[in-house]
Amino acid sequence: MSGQEVTVLLIEDEPEIRRFLRATLPAHGFRLYEAVTGKDGLTEAQSRNPDLILLDLGLPDLEGSEVIRQVREWTATPIIVLSARDQEQVKVAALDLGADDYVTKPFGVDELLARMRAALRHAFRSATAVDEPVFSLGDLKVDLGRRQVFVSAKEIHLTPIEYKLLTTLIRYAGKVMTHRQLLKEVWGPLHVEEGHYLRVYMRQLRNKLEKNPAHPRYLVTELGVGYRLKTE
Amino acid sequence: MINRAQVVGKRHALSLTDPGISFRLIQAVQSILNYVSPIAHNLMEDRRPDPDALLRRAKAEEADQTRGKLKVFFGATAGVGKTYAMLGAAHEQQNDGVDVAIGWVETHGRAETEALLEGLTILPPRPVEHRGTTLREFDLDAALARRPQLILMDELAHTNAPGSRHPKRWQDVKELLKAGINVYTTVNVQHLECLNDVVAQITGVRVSETVPDSVLEQADDVELIDLPPDDLLQRLKDGKVYMPEQAQQALQNFFRKGNLIALRELALRRTAEQVDQQMEVYRRDHAVVRTWPAAETIMVCVNMKPRGPRLVRAARTMATGLHAKWIAVYVQTPRHLCMPQADRDRAHQTLRLAEMLGAETAVLSGANVVQELLTYARMRNVSKIIVGKPVRARWKEVVIGSVVADLVQQSGETDIYVITGEAGESRPLASQALKRNSPWLSYGLGVAGVALSTAVAWLMFPYFSVANLILVYLMGVVLVAIRYGRGPSVLASVLSVAAFDFFFVPPYLSFAVSDIQYLLTFAVMLVVALTISGLAARTKQQAELARHQERRTAVLYALSRDLATHRGTGLLAQLAAKHLREVFDGQVAIFLADADKRVQLQRGELLHFEFDPKESGVAQWVFEHNERAGLGTDTLPGASALYLPLIGSAGSIGVVAVRPSESSRLSDTDQLHLLESLVNQIALAIERTRLSEEAQQAHVRAESERMRNAILSSVSHDLRTPLATITGAASSLLDEGGRLDPAARLELARSVYREADRLDRLLKNLLDMMRIEAGAVQLSKEWHPVDEVVGAALSRLEGRLRDHTFNTAFPADLPLALVDGVLLEQVMINLVENAVKYAPSGSAIDLSASANDREVVVEVADRGPGIPAGEEARIFDKFYRAKPAREGGVGLGLTICRGIIEAHGGRIWAENRRGGGAVFRFAIPLLERQPSVESEQAEPKLA
Repeated sequence: MSGQEVTVLLIEDEPEIRRFLRATLPAHGFRLYEAVTGKDGLTEAQSRNPDLILLDLGLPDLEGSEVIRQVREWTATPIIVLSARDQEQVKVAALDLGADDYVTKPFGVDELLARMRAALRHAFRSATAVDEPVFSLGDLKVDLGRRQVFVSAKEIHLTPIEYKLLTTLIRYAGKVMTHRQLLKEVWGPLHVEEGHYLRVYMRQLRNKLEKNPAHPRYLVTELGVGYRLKTE
Repeated sequence: MINRAQVVGKRHALSLTDPGISFRLIQAVQSILNYVSPIAHNLMEDRRPDPDALLRRAKAEEADQTRGKLKVFFGATAGVGKTYAMLGAAHEQQNDGVDVAIGWVETHGRAETEALLEGLTILPPRPVEHRGTTLREFDLDAALARRPQLILMDELAHTNAPGSRHPKRWQDVKELLKAGINVYTTVNVQHLECLNDVVAQITGVRVSETVPDSVLEQADDVELIDLPPDDLLQRLKDGKVYMPEQAQQALQNFFRKGNLIALRELALRRTAEQVDQQMEVYRRDHAVVRTWPAAETIMVCVNMKPRGPRLVRAARTMATGLHAKWIAVYVQTPRHLCMPQADRDRAHQTLRLAEMLGAETAVLSGANVVQELLTYARMRNVSKIIVGKPVRARWKEVVIGSVVADLVQQSGETDIYVITGEAGESRPLASQALKRNSPWLSYGLGVAGVALSTAVAWLMFPYFSVANLILVYLMGVVLVAIRYGRGPSVLASVLSVAAFDFFFVPPYLSFAVSDIQYLLTFAVMLVVALTISGLAARTKQQAELARHQERRTAVLYALSRDLATHRGTGLLAQLAAKHLREVFDGQVAIFLADADKRVQLQRGELLHFEFDPKESGVAQWVFEHNERAGLGTDTLPGASALYLPLIGSAGSIGVVAVRPSESSRLSDTDQLHLLESLVNQIALAIERTRLSEEAQQAHVRAESERMRNAILSSVSHDLRTPLATITGAASSLLDEGGRLDPAARLELARSVYREADRLDRLLKNLLDMMRIEAGAVQLSKEWHPVDEVVGAALSRLEGRLRDHTFNTAFPADLPLALVDGVLLEQVMINLVENAVKYAPSGSAIDLSASANDREVVVEVADRGPGIPAGEEARIFDKFYRAKPAREGGVGLGLTICRGIIEAHGGRIWAENRRGGGAVFRFAIPLLERQPSVESEQAEPKLA
């Protein structure tokens, strides 16, 4: 994070949403720039070079996916998509295009802040490229150097795929991963359509790591979109 | 000349034998009428128009408003200048701004006429292929599509090329008028149906192209184009009428001055009649008078004789002169059933002609012609009966009796008019021709019967008395009579007497008779034989008639029973087709009109009909015009099937097409009558079922209207409640934010948040419901472990689950189900929310799943108040809400669950739980094949 204030560019045509975020985000230490259309948004993104972009998918002039594509041509700045409900395909498309996460309208400030923090943390980490050797979350502890997994200090044996799935989620902790992204990372680019592989292994992983697999604490399903390792 | 006119009391018997009498008869009748009608007028002076007549007029006027106007340019012969006058009138109309088009015009190459075509639109003719040559015909459909205000149709009597919709041009004109297009047309006097005979007698040329008089009568305007005969002959000589080379021949044959004078007189007279009628209509309209006595009704009796048409034409002329209603009747006796088809058809053709000329027609049946005729005449209040003069020899009349004599004797108050036909012109009866040819076999077998009787008698001769041998012969005669009918049995009677004489009366093997007593024996034997042969033959006829009628009744009964016991238009159409096919042994199609008044072919397993695209318009035409068409009719006779309208009580509802395996089946009038009866039944049944379907639909509409109102009131209430809270809390924060303590501000903000959340869920439910109801739910199915879906639902509900404990029990080896994860998550969310809503705080909610080979069952069980008894199914209904709900909902959650589960081919149900509370279960079917997942060995961890 550069400097003291994190800069955020909000591309949103709804004035009430802009007003509400304008009132809220500065209180949490963000400096907010606003754009009403996709074109303005792209210009603003180039001139302000923000740390994070909040992008509404229902803009009047440009498709959200078009904005993401153009932004991704020159920067890896995290993008969080604001989308309406029941648009799982649109969300997945945005994520696959390079958006980092999404929040569904209507959303609460706490939810948005959590997503923003996760995205910024991940961006910061890839920029510094220093992975901590040990990841811990609640009673889950993963020693990435030694490839060991512990739950409540008890070592758990994982198969290679399970382990790879877990470490992939850890790498993007807090961020949603689409099925496609996970399949590509864990099984390779030839298996991106085999959604049920992912579901079966995710169930095995939950059975090994979660106290109540039917009501998971860490490995959360975002139906229709993908999975998220819940960090807070 | 009138040969003989007997006036006996009130009974007039006119008998006319001269060739050419019809015309004079007409004149005679008219002169009588001219005398009678003023008297009738005076008698009826006080009469006001009767209400029925006014109603009829009102209806006719109503029809007139949409109907086009017909103007006829009427002339005595060709060449008087009808076409020229018509074109001139058309120009005037066009100059007045009327959209004029020429449908058809024949200029015969006349230069003056052709010059008049200039400036008028001519509709392109339609080429018709006929036997290798291309004919040009008027294009009716193009004209109807073009819809000019006025169309010119030259030569009204023209016969269209085979394959046209109507055989005659006047039928085209009728259709144009019906479509609201005004028509100008031309016709010559010799083409009028009722004057056809007269003209033929005058000129010696019979014209086959005729126009029914009704067409001229219905014309709004008739303009007589008159040219004195000398001028016409001059024009002919100048070559202005026909092409020069044709002129000479035409002159000799037809255009003789005598002919022309007579034709001109006919034309003038006919026009005068027309004007008379218009005058009458005018007077009726203006109620100055005195309608014609409606009581006058004329009845004409037709039979199978070829002169029937002549009788009918005479009757029509008389009826027109009298302004009387007229009826043509035909009495069908059992004997007629044995007559050849061609003869029976002739009677029906005569009736059709009468119908065309404006008569009402009736077919009576019974054994006694005179009795039937008089009964019917009295019933219909007939004042005059017209019959043909008998052509039988005098002695026959004495022996067999005469219908005419009996009629005259028994008619009482009714006048009988006896009219002769022209003997020379009559075609021989088919029955006579047939009797000479085909029944040879019957007669031969009759003779053989006598030979057999003789053989038997020969064998008996040595042992029995001669009297017994007579009985053997009589027996033979009875058998022949029963088997072969009247003629052969008469022959057998005579031969039997002769054979008896020859073989068994001394001197043997000679016709001579030694004992004079035997002559009496012969006489008695002959009389007895003839009598029993007559009786036996009649019995046979009656039995056949009875059988015939029984079959008809049976068919009708079977149909009506089937139609009465079934419901649904589609099913009825199929049943109807089945019955029709059984009777007519061919293909049957049923077309029913849809809401847009287009007929649609009904499809079904019992309806086999090879639809001919060339005939696609026929059914629609029949439906729109309420007239039959196709095979055996005057409209599109080239079609392969007969199309009849299905006429219900409120007009046409569809069309039946029958394509018999052999087309002769439909030329049998009995079969046609049967078909009509069947079609009527079908129409009524289908109409009835349609009406009940419509009533049903109206009920459903009313019900859904009620439902919509309920939804609106429920939804607006449910949306307003959270909105009221939000508005109130937010306004408090705004207005009094400074004065409120932090705890109160927090409380207000919380309630805004809570209510907004509730509003959000309500909206989501409503939107989901709308999508499910609109059938817009697209399942994007993938393989999901159901426990993962349950987990996702619980994560999403996180904030609202704090008051309850959740127990989950999902076997680790639960099979994958092919489902839409997002929708199934919604089901879980709704079920869990429902449980949370009703179960008391702190109680446990149990979620579990199990699977068998066929399905995976998920259950949500709570410890709430349970489901009211008997409401287990109703709780899934839209807007159902159980009473003690802590937090109001719209009552859609469970309905949405049901919609989603059913879209997956599964089922959902609810019941009360043992120990209290409710349990909701849903089952999703499993596919036999589970997706394969590559297994891997657990890799030993790196040390």
